Formats: sequence, structure tokens, C-alpha cells
Amino acid sequence: MKIIITVVGKDQLGIVAKVSSKLAELNVNIVDISQTLMRNDFTMMLLGHLDTKKNDFKTVQDSLSKLGKEINVNIRVQRQEVFDAIQKL
Amino acid sequence: MKSKEIMDTIKMVSEQKLDIRTITMGISLFDCIDSDGKKARQKIYDKLTSSAKDLVKVANQIEREYGIPIVNKRISVTPISMIAAASDDKDYVAYAKTMDQAAKAVGVDLIGGFTSLVQKGFQKGDHTLIKSLPEALTETSRVCGSVNIGSTKAGINLDAVKTMGSTIKKIENIDPVSCMNLVVFCNAVEDNPFMAGAFHGVSEADKIINVGISGPGVVKRALEKVKGQSIDVVSETIKKTAFKVTRMGQFVGNITSKRLGVPFGIVDLSLAPTPYPGDSVAEILEEIGLDSVGAPGTTAALALLNDAVKKGGIMACEHVGGLSGAFIPVSEDEGMIRAANNGNLRIEKLEAMTAVCSVGLDMIAVPGDTSADSISGMIADEAGIGMINNKTTAVRVIPAKGKKVGDTIEFGGIFGSAPVMPINTKSPSRFIQRGGHIPAPIHSFKN
Repeated sequence: MKIIITVVGKDQLGIVAKVSSKLAELNVNIVDISQTLMRNDFTMMLLGHLDTKKNDFKTVQDSLSKLGKEINVNIRVQRQEVFDAIQKL
Repeated sequence: MKSKEIMDTIKMVSEQKLDIRTITMGISLFDCIDSDGKKARQKIYDKLTSSAKDLVKVANQIEREYGIPIVNKRISVTPISMIAAASDDKDYVAYAKTMDQAAKAVGVDLIGGFTSLVQKGFQKGDHTLIKSLPEALTETSRVCGSVNIGSTKAGINLDAVKTMGSTIKKIENIDPVSCMNLVVFCNAVEDNPFMAGAFHGVSEADKIINVGISGPGVVKRALEKVKGQSIDVVSETIKKTAFKVTRMGQFVGNITSKRLGVPFGIVDLSLAPTPYPGDSVAEILEEIGLDSVGAPGTTAALALLNDAVKKGGIMACEHVGGLSGAFIPVSEDEGMIRAANNGNLRIEKLEAMTAVCSVGLDMIAVPGDTSADSISGMIADEAGIGMINNKTTAVRVIPAKGKKVGDTIEFGGIFGSAPVMPINTKSPSRFIQRGGHIPAPIHSFKN
């Protein structure tokens, strides 16, 4: 299952490390990653591949949302198809 | 996929209130007909609760996985006037209660189809259903009713118009808020997912999934970026935005249909407002360039908006249906409420607006001393517009018992609150009391 993970919040030390190590722990392989600073907001987008035999969507979403709260950023996990449906002909 | 596209999509949902207003499952009740009313109601309950048992669960899954809010889950059924007519029941209140129980059992927000189609004439079941409406709608919490009193093909049933005026007053006497669960239509459509007017048409399949979208906030935000530019640019911008919004409806409908194993019917490409900030159709019209909705030019701006939404949406989905257009319910739209409150928007202007957009006089509160015949007059006017212009029109009016112009009536949640609006106090009684049938219009010599 392809998933899009977006991380938005105040820039701070080690966000990328924390998110990517959590993803590894959850069996999500990072396929693509981009990161930018918009004004003061740190914005990171990851395209991940979740092996649903090893982990389920809900666990991944809940764990990342929990991590987001701990480090005070907003982490959103959505299945990738919805973005294609809306943005592509 | 570009990062900007991902962020745009996320913002459409999180900041601009894009959502799926409703996933509505249409369910045919023809196989539940029984001359014994009790048996019929048992069959109805069983069919509804088995057909829709996973509807809410699947909608919640989709909401979670794709991050798209799905505001309401609903059911529409075959008009009960047809299903119950085989029985000798003296009233159909028990059918409404069965619908209500089934809706609660499967967890849907609303169930529509306590409906009668009398544009040409009444059958036994129609008389009984209309008579049952006040009790049926006030003694249930999730049931919605509708009555189609006219069409372009059949003309307007003035007897039914007369009856509906007094029926609405009877509901008001018990509980004015329940009036919002009743719509009187001209040219009602059979695949509408929106309430209160949804019913499952007689020509529909056994079960079907229809989706109603929302998204006025997304259109408003897009128009903020083209301030001062030509109206052509406005139209193009609305079309492109409507395309994206509708794609989401198509996408959600497809997945719902697959997961439930029920065919996907239509996307209703409507801009449906809510009373929450930034989710207003009135504000789109103001962004186009009106100081307030209701100003001269409102009808033209709305005509453009409605048409551009359809043009953009139609290519984005496989099948379009339902009401499709911009909704202008007063109580459910912050901008409309504001304009009605400060006197910038009057019922007469709203009536003109209904000639160029989806549906009609919607969620409008009028003074409690408004007569049944005056309400019938409003219904007749809307039906006249619908009949001649070959479009759906409707009246969902709330006479606010004990209240006068300037007071407010509360509906709660996404249904908002409506300021009581003044209506012309001259009586149409002699016209309404004539009864009979307004003949179907001619379709040549158009001018």
C-alpha cells in the first residue's frame, strides 16, 4: 500500500531522523522524500510503501500521530490514490 | 507527484472545508410490499438493516484512510406511498417509525423516502401518506419526507399545493423545527442523495450508492487569487476547482461501491454550504464582486457559478445526477444568514435566484402567523418556475410558531439557524382555494 506522510510544524533538531526511524520501526519503506521550509514552518512529504502483511494502516497512522504530538508537529498519513484522483486527469 | 499538489489537496480539506457531504445508499422496497402492514414493515426493517449494515463502517474507514471527511451517511428508499398502498393501514406513521428504527440500528444520520409523487393525481397511498406527515415527521428523529406536486410534463397539482400549505402549518403546530424534514418539489429527481428530498426512484436498481459533494470554501479560496480579473477568468477558475472537488466525489463513490458490493450511481455536483465559517455560497458571490448577496447582480453571478460548477464537474465523473448545482439554503450558510438579518436579502430575491440554481426556497423561516394559503402560494410560485424552466425547484419553508420578523429559529449542527424573514402579507387564498390542476406548459414558442 502506497501512503503519503506529511509533516508540518515548527522546525527543530532531528525531525527527519525521528520520523524516518519511526517509519523503519513500523515497516514503512521510504520511496521518495522532499522537505522544505515555508516561512517558519517545516514541511516534509514522504511517499512510503507499507507492507500490509507486516503492519496495518491504522497502527501506522496512530503511531505517527502519537509521535507528532510528542515532538509538536502535525503528522498526517493518507493513502496515495486520493491525490492522483484529485490532481490528475 | 509534486509536493505542491499534495499540499494543495491537504489544504482543500483542512483549511477550505472540502468534504463529502453525504454517501447515500438508495434501497428499493418494492420486494417488501405486503397487504399486511405489519409484515411489510418487518420486511422493510430487515431489508434496510441488512443492506446498509456496513455503510457507516465503510464510510468511516474511507474517511480515515484517505483523510477525506464524510459528513453524513444516509439511506433513501422507494416512496412509502407506493409501498404502503397495498395495505389497509389508515395511517403510515408506523412505516416512518420503522424507517427511523432501521436508520438508528445501522447508524445513518438521515433516511429519506417518506414520499409521495402527486404531480398528476393522488392514489390511495398518497392521501394516507400526506395525512400522516405531521405525526410521522414529529415523532421520528431521522426520517425525511418529500412530496412532488408538479412537473414540466404533468403541470401543477393545485389541490396538492393547497394540501401541502396546511400540512406544513400542522407540522409547525406540533414542532416548527420538524418542518426542515419536509420538501415540496416540482420536477423531483430520483437519484438525489441530499436531504430532506432524497428518495429512491422507481426506475432505479435494487441498491445504489450516490454521493453528494460539498466545497464552497475551495471555490471561494480559488477566486481570491483572481481578484479584479475578467469574469471569463472567474468562470474558468470555478470550472477547474469544481473539477477537483468532483473528482473526490467520484473517487469516494467508487471505493464505497467496491467495498460494499453495491453499484455506484451518480455524483451530485453540488456546492452545499454549512453554517461554519468559510463554507458559504453567499461568500463566493461576494467574492465575485457583490457587496452583499441580494444586491442587484446576484442572480447573474449565481447563474454563472451554477453553470461553471456543472461544466467543471461533469467531466470529472462518470455519471452526474441528483440536483447538481449551487444550493442556497438560508439557515445553512453564514453569508446568507448575515444578508437576511441585515435586510439585504429578501424572499423575492431568493425566488429569482432559484430560477438559475439548484433547488429552491430552502431552509427559510417565515413568521408564525403566515397562513397556510400563503405557504401554498410560495410553493405554487416555485413550482411555476420549475415547471416552465424544466428544472427541479423546491420549497423547504419553516413557519416559526410564535415568532415574528427579526427573531431567529435554531436547527442545530450543519442545519444552522434562520432569521425569520418578512413575506408579502397579501393573501393568495382565492387562487389557492380554486384547487384543480395547472395544465402542463407548451414547449414551443419559447420567449
